[in-house]
Amino acid sequence: MSPADRDGPTGPATPAGHPADGAPVRLEGLLKVTGAARYAAEHTPPGTAYAWPVPARVARGRVVAVDDGRAMAEPGALAVLTHENAPRLKETDDATLLVLQDDRVPHRGWYVALAVARTPEAARAMADAVVVSYEPEPHDAVLTPDHPGLYVPDVVNGGFPGSRERGDFDAAYAAAPVRVDATYTQTALHNHPMEPHASTARWEDGRLFVHDSSQGATTVRETLAGLFGVDKRLITVVSEHVGGGFGSKGTPRPQVVLAAMAARHTGLPVKLALPRAQLAAVVGHRPPVFQRVRLGAGEDGVIRALAHEVVTRSSAVREFVEQAAVPSRAMYTSPHSRTVHRAVALDVPGPSWMRAPGEASGMYALECAMDELACAAGLDPVELRIRNDTATEPDSGKPYSSRHLVECLREGARRFGWAGRDPRPRSRAEGRLLLGTGVAAAYYPVYLAPSRARARAERTADGVRFLVGTDATDIGTGARTVLAQIAAEALGVPLERVGIEIGSTDLPAASLAGGSSGTASWGWAVHKACRALGGLLAEHGGTVPPEGLATTADTADDVPAEPRHAKAAFGAHFAEAEVDADTGETRVRRLLGVYAAGRILNARTARSQFVGGMVMGLGMALLEGSTMDPRFGDFAERDLASYHVPACADVRDVEAHWIAEDDPHLNPVGGKGIGEIGIVGTAAAIANAVHHATGVRVRDLPITPDKLLGAAGGLSR
Amino acid sequence: MAAHPTQDGPRPSKPSASPGSPVTSSTSSTVTLHVNGTAHRLTLDNRTTVLDALREHLDLTGAKKGCDHGQCGACTVLADGRRVNSCLLPAVALGGVEITTVEGLADDGTPHPLQRAFLDRDGFQCGYCTPGQLCSAVGAIAEAAEGRPSHVTPLSAPPGAPVPLSPEEIRERMSGNLCRCGAYMNIVAAIEDVTR
Repeated sequence: MSPADRDGPTGPATPAGHPADGAPVRLEGLLKVTGAARYAAEHTPPGTAYAWPVPARVARGRVVAVDDGRAMAEPGALAVLTHENAPRLKETDDATLLVLQDDRVPHRGWYVALAVARTPEAARAMADAVVVSYEPEPHDAVLTPDHPGLYVPDVVNGGFPGSRERGDFDAAYAAAPVRVDATYTQTALHNHPMEPHASTARWEDGRLFVHDSSQGATTVRETLAGLFGVDKRLITVVSEHVGGGFGSKGTPRPQVVLAAMAARHTGLPVKLALPRAQLAAVVGHRPPVFQRVRLGAGEDGVIRALAHEVVTRSSAVREFVEQAAVPSRAMYTSPHSRTVHRAVALDVPGPSWMRAPGEASGMYALECAMDELACAAGLDPVELRIRNDTATEPDSGKPYSSRHLVECLREGARRFGWAGRDPRPRSRAEGRLLLGTGVAAAYYPVYLAPSRARARAERTADGVRFLVGTDATDIGTGARTVLAQIAAEALGVPLERVGIEIGSTDLPAASLAGGSSGTASWGWAVHKACRALGGLLAEHGGTVPPEGLATTADTADDVPAEPRHAKAAFGAHFAEAEVDADTGETRVRRLLGVYAAGRILNARTARSQFVGGMVMGLGMALLEGSTMDPRFGDFAERDLASYHVPACADVRDVEAHWIAEDDPHLNPVGGKGIGEIGIVGTAAAIANAVHHATGVRVRDLPITPDKLLGAAGGLSR
Repeated sequence: MAAHPTQDGPRPSKPSASPGSPVTSSTSSTVTLHVNGTAHRLTLDNRTTVLDALREHLDLTGAKKGCDHGQCGACTVLADGRRVNSCLLPAVALGGVEITTVEGLADDGTPHPLQRAFLDRDGFQCGYCTPGQLCSAVGAIAEAAEGRPSHVTPLSAPPGAPVPLSPEEIRERMSGNLCRCGAYMNIVAAIEDVTR
C-alpha cells in the first residue's frame, strides 16, 4: 500500500538505550545538570517581596469580609490584596485570570486574597492569618452521566463541532452482526509539572518585566497587556527555562496576574510560586469523562457503525469541553457515525489542556472498545485495526497526507513479539502473577501556527557566527536544540556555528508550546529566516560585511488556512502487564511504541518525548486518579503524596521506535509533532493487557487493585 | 541551646548547631551554613528551610522547590554525604553540617561523572527534577556501597556488604525523586553507566 509497507524495520530506529544515533545533546543540558539554568522563581532583584495566595474555603458564594489585622501584624508584612484594593483589570476572554476583581467565589480554591511580605515565611504566615468571611451558596460539583444541566456545545476544544452525524448510525448498528456497547469512565487528571507555576514581576517607569513559567511568553505578554491596559511594547515576558507544563502552562495562569498586581501595589519586585497543593484548583486539569462507545461490525470485523458519546464537565468560570469523541472521526473506516459531546458547567475549578486533550481520553475508550470488538469477532486485535484502516479521514473525506498506522502496528508487533499470542484471557501465568499483552493505536492531529523568527550573521574572531532568535519555549521538549539544528541545516553550516535565543518577548513573536506544534511552527519560521539569510549572504559573495547581515521571517502567509489533506501522526502501543492474583496489583513489564510522525529531527530528544508520553499514559492507566469531594467541591488528592504520578520503580522497560515517513505536504521541517502522541493509546494498551491477563474488563481508570479484586469472581483461580 | 528548636536533622546526634546558632531574637537565629565547601554566616527566620536558605539567601537555585512537602525529591541535597529533602529541614538546625548541592557536584569546573552521564543519556527533559535526581543518585550510590539494603535487596545478601546496583535496585532507590517528564529509563541508564 505504501513504500513503508514491507517486512522488517522500515526506518532508522535505534535500539532502546543507545545514546541516539549521535544526535546532538540538549544545548542547555549542561546548565540543567549543573543547576545553573534559572527558572521563573529563581530571579531575585534587590528588594524582592514574596507573595502567597489565599484560596477560598467555600465551594460557591461571596466574600463578605476580609480581616487582615492579624496578617498585617506579622513582622515584614507589606500588604494583603483583596477584591477591594487590588488593581483593576480589564475584561478578558479567560475569566480564570480575573482574580481579586469582585466578591464572587465560583469554586473552592479560587483566590480571594494575596499576602505580600518581605520574606516567604512571613507571606505564608500572613496568608494563614487572613480571616475571610463568606456568604456560602449551594453548589453543584459532581458530574453524573445524566446530569440535568448537560448540553451539546457548538464547539469543543480544538475548534471541532460538538456533534457530528454521518449516515444512519442507528439502523446500521442494529443490523450489524457483531456489536460492542461499552461505557468507559475516568476521573479528573492533573498535569502536575515538577515546577509549580511561578512568576517574578516588577514595574519600572511604567514598564512591566516578568519571568513567568509558561509555555508561551508571547501569549502571556498579549494577555497582560490586555488585562493591565498597557501597550504590549512596554511589557517583557521571559520564559527561558520552564519546568514542564503538559498543557497547564499553555494559557497564562493566575500567578502571573497576581505577581504583576502585587508588584504594582507595593512598588517592589514580587515573586510568587504557587504552592503545590493549590495547583489543582487554578491551573486546569483533564476533566472526568464518561464515554459510551458502540461499534457495529461485519463478521470480518470491518466497522459499519460507530458511535462515540462523551459526557464531561466544564466549569462555571470558563467553558472548556474535552473533545474526547473527535478521534473517532479520524481513526477507522466508519460509514455510519455519531460523535457527540455533552457537557455541564459545574461549580468546580476549570478544566483545560492536559497532554493530548481529547485524544488521550477519547482513544482510551475507542481503543478499549476495539479490543472488545476483536474479542467479539474472534479476530486478532492487530489484524482488526489493519482491516479498519482508511486512506481518507472519514469525517472530512479528505485524503491523509500520509498515514502509516498499519506499518506501526506491524513493526510494533514484530518488535514486541506479538506473533503466536494466545488470545484467550488468563492463558499465561507465573506463580500468582497473571500475564497478558495488549495493543492500542495512537493518533494525534498535526497543528501549525504562524510564527516569526530572525537570523543574523556576524563576524567574530574565529569566523562567522549565526544567531537565530524566536520566542519559542523549551518546556523540556528539546526545542532549543532542534531549532538550532534546523537553522544549521538551512544555512548549511555546522551546529557549533549557530547560536539560538528563545523564551523572551524581546524576540520575534512565536506560537506557544502546545498541540505538539512547536517544532513545525517555530521551525518553519527559523528555516525561512535562515534561508533568507543564506540568500543574502550569497548576494554578498559569501562574505559577511563588517556590519553583519540580518533577516526576519513570518510564516503568517505560509500556513495554509484550508489544507487539502487531513494530517495526523499515528502510532501503535504494545503493553505487557502482570497482575498479582492475590493483591490485584498491576505492574507493567514492557511498553513499546512505534510512531509515524514525519521526519524525526533529533533521535535523542524525540525518544525522550515519546517515552515520556508513554510513562504519563502508564500513570493514567494505573495510578492517577482524582476524586471530587461532593460536599467541599474540591479535589481530594491535591498533592504528590495523594495524587500518584509514576515513580522510577513503576517504569521498567519502555521502548520507542519510529518509521521513516517523508510527507511533502507538511512544512519545510517535515515533522508532524511528537510531544503528545506518546500518551495517546498507552492507557488502552495497558487496560487491554490487564483484560488479557485476568479476563476482567475494568472500564474505569485508573485500574486499581480494588476494581480487579472487586470484579465478579475476582481474580481467584 | 534551650531556645534552639528541636528538629530532625540528618545527623541529630551532632550538637554542632549550638555554638554557631545563638538566638538573636525570639523568631530568628544566626547560623553558619557550610555549603559546597564555603561557610556562610546568616541570620535567618527560624522558619526558613534549608531549601529557602539556599535559594533565597545564598542565590544557589540549583536545588528546586517542587512540592515543599518532602513528596517529590526535587530539593534533594547532601547533608554530610547523606541525601535529604532540604524543604523539610530548618536551616537554623543545620549549623556545622556540610551541605552539598548540585552546584557543588562538579570538581573544579569538570562535571561530575553522573552529570556527564545524564547529558549523554538524556536523563531529563525540563530539567526541574534533575538537581535532585543527581544529588539523590550520589547518595544512593554511597548508601549501596555502605551496604545499606533497600526494599528489593535480596534477603540472602550478606549484611553490611556493598549492594550491587542492579537496574531494579536503582529504580527502587531513586523512587523518592519524581520526574513528570518520565525520564526514568534514561536516569537509570545514566546511573548504570557510572556504577558499572
